[in-house]
Amino acid sequence: MSFSPELHHWLILSTILFSIGIYGVLTRRNAVGVLMSVELLLNSAAMNFLIFNHYASKPFIDGAIMALFIIAVAAAEAVIAMALFVAIFRSRKTVDVTQINTLKG
Amino acid sequence: MNLSGANIDFTLLLPEISLAICGFAILLLGVTKRGKDFGFGLGLFGLIAALAFTVQQWGTLETGFFGMVTKDGFSSLYNIIFLLAGIISLLIAQTYLRAKKIDKPEYYALVLFSILGMMVMASSYDLIIIFIGLEIMSIPLYVLAGFHRFNPKSNEAGIKYFIIGAFASGFLLYGIALVYGAGATTDLRLIAANYHSMAQQAPLLLYAGVALILIGFGFKVGAVPFHMWAPDVYQGAPTPVTAFFSVGPKAAGFAALMRILDFGFDSMDEIQSVLWILAVLTMAVGNILALFQDNIKRMLAYSSIAHAGYILVALTVGGEGAVASGLYYLLGYTFFNLGAFAILTILDTRDGTDSRFSELTGMASRHPFLATLLAIFMFSLAGFPPTAGFFGKLYIFSGAVEGGFIWLAIIGVMTSFVSVYYYLRVVVACFFTKADHPFQQVAMNPYLALALIITAVGALGLGLFPSSWIDLSRQAFASFL
Amino acid sequence: MDYFFVALFVGMAFALVGGGLAISYLVAPNRPNKVKSQPYECGEHTVGPSWVHFNVGYYLFALLFLVFDVEAAFLYPWALVFREFGLIALFEVGIFIVILLFALVYAWKKGVLEWV
Repeated sequence: MSFSPELHHWLILSTILFSIGIYGVLTRRNAVGVLMSVELLLNSAAMNFLIFNHYASKPFIDGAIMALFIIAVAAAEAVIAMALFVAIFRSRKTVDVTQINTLKG
Repeated sequence: MNLSGANIDFTLLLPEISLAICGFAILLLGVTKRGKDFGFGLGLFGLIAALAFTVQQWGTLETGFFGMVTKDGFSSLYNIIFLLAGIISLLIAQTYLRAKKIDKPEYYALVLFSILGMMVMASSYDLIIIFIGLEIMSIPLYVLAGFHRFNPKSNEAGIKYFIIGAFASGFLLYGIALVYGAGATTDLRLIAANYHSMAQQAPLLLYAGVALILIGFGFKVGAVPFHMWAPDVYQGAPTPVTAFFSVGPKAAGFAALMRILDFGFDSMDEIQSVLWILAVLTMAVGNILALFQDNIKRMLAYSSIAHAGYILVALTVGGEGAVASGLYYLLGYTFFNLGAFAILTILDTRDGTDSRFSELTGMASRHPFLATLLAIFMFSLAGFPPTAGFFGKLYIFSGAVEGGFIWLAIIGVMTSFVSVYYYLRVVVACFFTKADHPFQQVAMNPYLALALIITAVGALGLGLFPSSWIDLSRQAFASFL
Repeated sequence: MDYFFVALFVGMAFALVGGGLAISYLVAPNRPNKVKSQPYECGEHTVGPSWVHFNVGYYLFALLFLVFDVEAAFLYPWALVFREFGLIALFEVGIFIVILLFALVYAWKKGVLEWV
């Protein structure tokens, strides 16, 4: 019981999160679910920055700073996305992405 | 820690500061009763001020803020492309917005902020700042695509662009994280210097990271197989917004790609084969699918995918001359693509139109001048001499042949021939097809005329004096090598 | 060795909840009839769709909160180190706060803060 995680364990974790995010974007029907999966993608990349900061560039904190920026950017994107979803809910009464297909293709 | 090595010099950022101040002024004045109409004027003022500052910075080569801001010839040329695209699309926007009753001051502020993001993307040596610039550029564009709030097509375009754009940003960010892991730095200058030790110690992380970065930027510029969003978003968004889309984010994406691939990862030879495949796919799919379109905006969407393919050819060849020819092509593409969209916007201002080919019939007899201009822009897009499109393609394909990529040049020329068909369809519809109903009159005003004059002069001028412009872009590109 | 206690804790949580459910399934009598299955405690049968009309003021307020919360998150690291940088750091954080202040003024004038 002396397991202590190494770099490759952390990277496997963040890759799993990234894959779950991709699966979510491609599969979810509700637009808010797609937004949650996009947030998962961005945050798994932020986790990668923190992992590499710890293992590769130890005295500096540039990975942590980048993770903070990513949180701010993800917040801004979520705000804009919700505004677009409110607009389409008002006109179509649905946020189901499979129903939003009037433009051909 | 001291900041003396950082060169914190705000005068480097004068163009961006002027855009930001004017954007905020438009927003804050827009909520007052009498300030609503100042959006257009303030927007133009901000863009022209930023253009003046950029031209003043032309010859300098300075980096500041720890290398996160760099103003060299490359960034100055790209800033001029972005600002010109902004000015032209702002000039054509006001009439359209007033006709569709969506003339809000927020439109102009969003365009200004988007151009600010593009300028940040083109002027940085640090991958973090390039990502932040990409987000500052993209988020206003998501809103602009859905700007026509009561039109369901516009809403749908906004949502599609958001989902696919955010997905691409996630890939790009993961790629940047992997490159950071391989090299313990996000500064492109350090990556270029330490490339060989990075490639030996952590090759998997490095290659995976660069592949994901290529995927992320490929979405933004509309390369195949990441182009699915382009036709729907271009068709659904309001026409002046589509005009801005077709030039701005594409140029910004190529600016970032050129800086990353030709400066940061210059020593990575394996990228050439990947870019070769991307270029061939993009040119082929863009040109072939444009043949079957019935809606002019969708056709222009596929055509701009194809033009991204030609610039990818320039990136594949690599080296100074080829990438400078790509820059020259982008400069010309700004003018003639925006010109074509300007005329399309003027046509779309009439009620009940939907940008179909069948609506163009009989234009030549009612508005001969407009029809002639449209013909000039279509010829330039197709690549007929003596327009800028011809010389751009000439430089790019001859550069490919000189670099040894014979097949790439052959495929490029063949797809250009295919493209002539759908561009000439427009000209034939305007001039030679009998109209079964009279052509609706189009309203003209000085701003639209000014936009048309700027684009026409640009498209012809770049074509009549190609050598001086190609030297300019070569000089711009050489400034950071 | 630390993970052993975590696993023990998770096991106890599952045992507590699962045990309660299992015991009630095994021991309690299960005789449903029509009257007992109706909704109780001021509940009513739903008539028509049960989607409530959503007041968009909630969303706008949450949006403003999110933006200013992230601003506060950026101010914390600044507050820890700004002394060593002198006046330039104050000036730069002033620019940051002023930009967000413009956003607040815009939202205020558009009437976002007045829906109660």
